[in-house]
Amino acid sequence: MNNLIASTAVKARELTPEEIKEIEHEKTHYPYAQAVGLEALKIVQKYQGWVSDESLLAVSEYLDIPPDELEGVATFFNMIFRRPVGKNVILLCDSVACWMLGCDSLNEHFKKTLGIDYGETTADDMFTLIPVPCLGACDRAPVMMIGRETYYNLTTEKIDEIIAEYKAKG
Amino acid sequence: MDKPLTKNIEIGRAPFDFKQYEAAGGYDSVRKVIKMEPGDVVNMVKDAGLGGRGGAGFNTGLKWSFVPPPDGGPRYLVINGDEMEPGTFKDRLLIEHDPHLLIEGMITTCYALQAQTGYIFLRGEYTICEERLLQAISEAYDNGMLGKNVAGKKGFDLDIYLHTSAGRYICGEETALLNALEGKRANPRAKPPFPQVSGLWGRPTVVNNVETICNIPGIVANGVEWYQNLGTGDFVGTRISGVSGRVINPGCWEVPVGITFRELLEDYAGGMQDGYELKAFLPGGGSTDFLMPEHLDLPMDPGAVQKAGSRLGTSLIMVLDDKTCPVGCIRNLIKFFAHESCGWCTPCRDGLPWVEHILNKMEEGTGSLKDIDILDEMTRYMGPGNTFCALAPGAAEPLQSGLKYFMDEFKAHVEHGCSYN
Repeated sequence: MNNLIASTAVKARELTPEEIKEIEHEKTHYPYAQAVGLEALKIVQKYQGWVSDESLLAVSEYLDIPPDELEGVATFFNMIFRRPVGKNVILLCDSVACWMLGCDSLNEHFKKTLGIDYGETTADDMFTLIPVPCLGACDRAPVMMIGRETYYNLTTEKIDEIIAEYKAKG
Repeated sequence: MDKPLTKNIEIGRAPFDFKQYEAAGGYDSVRKVIKMEPGDVVNMVKDAGLGGRGGAGFNTGLKWSFVPPPDGGPRYLVINGDEMEPGTFKDRLLIEHDPHLLIEGMITTCYALQAQTGYIFLRGEYTICEERLLQAISEAYDNGMLGKNVAGKKGFDLDIYLHTSAGRYICGEETALLNALEGKRANPRAKPPFPQVSGLWGRPTVVNNVETICNIPGIVANGVEWYQNLGTGDFVGTRISGVSGRVINPGCWEVPVGITFRELLEDYAGGMQDGYELKAFLPGGGSTDFLMPEHLDLPMDPGAVQKAGSRLGTSLIMVLDDKTCPVGCIRNLIKFFAHESCGWCTPCRDGLPWVEHILNKMEEGTGSLKDIDILDEMTRYMGPGNTFCALAPGAAEPLQSGLKYFMDEFKAHVEHGCSYN
């Protein structure tokens, strides 16, 4: 990936009023603005789908956090996307309980039916598949999340049904 | 048997709202605690013998007692709800199904610590927990249990905030968690100073696990003796224990401390599924040493498990069955730890990917006997004393016990790769 942050060609974009409102709300929870860095990145991601360089710089300027420090936080966390992702991010748990109960075959199933492997996005930008560490539902393994929804006791048939629902929603 | 942690939990029904929770005896510990001296509450919890439920098991009251006397500045309680230990799913149960219990425990604890602010550091992926906690916090404010003069106690002001993280196992380490909460990269800090003295923004801070704090309302409301009688024999209290893997009824339950692994596995989890036999088990998460079938009759107590060469950890056991490759299982665990290393210390940052690489070779059948020696050496290189925090030493535990119990399987992998499906 190109590191555009170092380039002067990239400028901060304007944060939207909704983004600013939510960031301001989070600021009331902490004595220092830096503490809101991660929350602000999550807010931006909620509205934009991912955290572009322009968004990162916008948050950096708004909260007065040096861009390299904020980038250090952004790239540290699994759930902050610094590259574009599809409309629906599928997080397939690949930790030990899900592995024992066949998450590798579910990964194969996604490859076959959606044509994407881990880290890839479908051509229509509908789905991105990412492995996620233990989702803490090992008694109902295998498990995945799509957006904020968690799906349990997965089988290939169940996955087909869930994916069909998302496709129908468009 | 009293089940103070799960008495309000009924899977499939919505959690109690404030009124229902209060009608079931909720917030009694707050009404009681505000008539006590804070120091007496700390001693009470110390005497009860409650051990931390995050995995280390340190006496909770003793941990609290290290907080210096108030100096007029801020003091913090931080709840570690960043549940991410592979095979662990107990905090999810407690928060999703009875969020007010955690809030009550936090209020009572903050009174004892004379803290004015509580943060809940929650795993970002726990979206249902997030929604239910926000609801419970809002109800607690509306009913005078948070804000100014909590429960009518003049001068007892308390705010609780929810922080949702964005997925990094290292945030479960308490000093890394504090860095994350401050908005920094979540590298662990050098200790001492310990957080009780210099924690969040350099101020006195106690970091406790969700389940630990869920124990506080019961102890304060019902007393030390009641709490101690909850366990079996000489063991005190109840705890959430569970089973995952190929058992008939995987799940987690509130059990008296001191029941045996066999009781949990057979009576609660229904035993192994048809066609599968128990080969080994991880007693308390991915960072604990394997135990074998001959250890099933040990009590689920930190001391007893330590004597057998492992740790009770989170007490959610993961079953390795006879049709699952132990080398593959260890590879999966190591891959997790390698991915989740924060990169601060060399043994962890470089050691774990190296181990993962060797285990990949083993699975493919391109490993050598020399690689087994390197794995053995790596367990010491990543072991205690070489790193800031316990991530790498924890990761070394399933590997070192795997080498001890499954050496034949490692050698077979060197000869012809993995023969499991």
